[in-house]
Amino acid sequence: MATGIKQQDRQDAIAGWLFMTPTLIIFGIFVFIPILFALYFSLTDWNGISPPGEAAFVGLRNYQDVLFGGGIRQQDFYKALKNTTYFALGVVPVQTALALFLAVVVNQRFLRFKSFFRTAYYFPAITSSVAISLIFLFLYQKDGLINEALSFVTFGAWKPVAWMADARGIFHIWLNWLGVNSERVPWLANTSLLGLSVWDWISGPSIALLAIMLMNTWTTIGTLMVIFLAALQDMPPQVYEAAQMDGAGTWTIFRRITLPLLRPTTFFVVTLGLMGTYQVFDQVYVMSSGGPAKTTLTVAYLVYRSGFNNFEMGMGLAVAILLFIIIFILTMIQRRVTEGEKA
Amino acid sequence: MSAGAMAKVGSPSPVWRRVRTVLSYGLLILLALTFIYPFLLALTTSFKTLPEINADPVGLIPSMWTTEGYARLIGLNVGRWFFNSAFIAVIVTVSNVIFAGLAGYALSRIKFPGSNAVFLALLGTMMIPGIVLLIPMFMVLRLLGMVDAYTGLIVPKMVTAFGIFLMKQFFESMPVEIEEAARIDGASRLDTFFRVALPLAQPAVIALVIFSFQGSWNDFMHPLIVITTNTELYTLPLGLAFLRGGIGQNLQWNALLAGSMLTTLPMALIFLFFQRYFIEGISYGGVKG
Repeated sequence: MATGIKQQDRQDAIAGWLFMTPTLIIFGIFVFIPILFALYFSLTDWNGISPPGEAAFVGLRNYQDVLFGGGIRQQDFYKALKNTTYFALGVVPVQTALALFLAVVVNQRFLRFKSFFRTAYYFPAITSSVAISLIFLFLYQKDGLINEALSFVTFGAWKPVAWMADARGIFHIWLNWLGVNSERVPWLANTSLLGLSVWDWISGPSIALLAIMLMNTWTTIGTLMVIFLAALQDMPPQVYEAAQMDGAGTWTIFRRITLPLLRPTTFFVVTLGLMGTYQVFDQVYVMSSGGPAKTTLTVAYLVYRSGFNNFEMGMGLAVAILLFIIIFILTMIQRRVTEGEKA
Repeated sequence: MSAGAMAKVGSPSPVWRRVRTVLSYGLLILLALTFIYPFLLALTTSFKTLPEINADPVGLIPSMWTTEGYARLIGLNVGRWFFNSAFIAVIVTVSNVIFAGLAGYALSRIKFPGSNAVFLALLGTMMIPGIVLLIPMFMVLRLLGMVDAYTGLIVPKMVTAFGIFLMKQFFESMPVEIEEAARIDGASRLDTFFRVALPLAQPAVIALVIFSFQGSWNDFMHPLIVITTNTELYTLPLGLAFLRGGIGQNLQWNALLAGSMLTTLPMALIFLFFQRYFIEGISYGGVKG
């Protein structure tokens, strides 16, 4: 009997590892080795063309250049970081709130044509990012649909803008209305912080970046809505019935019961949002290539550009690893915040 | 329902309630339009002539229908791009079902030494943003001679951590008795997996098929680094990005939008047929995964 069990254990061990073999090979070659490559070659000056073996080891110089070098590389990195951060700060809260709103609405018991609405809201989420970018590039033209629609709903007050060619930061535009600009307040332009002037830091997203942000929100809402919807449908109906018995109104039920019960889902949705927005790439590649005036340069696009356009693979890898660290820290902070609220 | 609650529900006047209903549906329909109309306009614009598009990029109905945009795409070898996208997506999807199925099954059903470590390592890889692996992936593909080749487009995508967790999760929710019965009847582990477990996991398999196909069909970043010179191997998104070309040039909108439609329509059809599974799939993979 004892030997029987032992034999069974051995067979299980063999079967288990055999079943895992394809996964282990693919992950070994295309995930684990690349991680090691990323770590090592970020410490070299490899250019992407010569054999990697000939690349010289330069220690932390790439990181040094990007973070504190004082040159164009430092400037580009912080520009990209600034743009990406504005992007995430704008997109994540809006798409999370709208997705939650739509999920609650579509989940209403008495709503008719439910599946039609659900399908319509989810549709952009199944489409290729390149196809959507091209469609919006068309819609964002100066005489395109989006300017027309904005002008229609504002009764003609909206002045058409050439969205993808407009490098003005929206905070700059607002500050200008208040009479604040870099000429009137020279220290804003003269004080430099990490290679960018204070005035640059507070630009807000440019009109071009805002265009990509709006499009990105529009495409992502559907997926997030469905995630919220699944969570809503899993909720115990008894809790709601009890609350209704106690005479609680719709808004109170939403705020006191639905929202707290949705907290794990919200955490998940915000994490997905942060991971996604900090890696925006396809849309930038197709719509703007980082322009105008580098105002749509994102960190992910900078990784690609350093490696494949400027032939500074070592530099690109350093930026990629810094991006990983940033995303990791943000997720940790976010987890801390969500757990803190629970206590 | 208590009397108080009844009074509360009944209190707004019928007229006000009707107005509110009309307003709510109006808002929902308006929202639906903002999600659908851009596709509609792109679809009809792809059948317009270039002069008409330049004169009026907003009108929905072409004054003269033409297929010149599509003809131009065909001249650019779009048939080949379409075939490449479909071919790659099918192979990636089938291999994902098999490999992620095998791995998910092993992790959930077979007790083998080291399974915990493997599970944690796979979980860890989900934390790594894809963009971090962009350059080193290129290095590995170059070393293996997989740049500008189908193998480079396909092999790295043949199994994903997401797929493994989806399958593992589902197997764990299934009763183990049927598989045990098959084992007692003398079926091997592999037989049990293919003949019993995988068919029983059909909902998870469908979800995985949809996500793998969608992921592969829409993928842009990976093909972008794999294909450097061989335009015969362009996928649809890659070909479209190439067609868009540089910033500031005069764009052939009917061809570009025709390409967008060719990329969108197959996914749209799959979506309309398998809608239910898309939504179920997200709930398997998302909240519970």
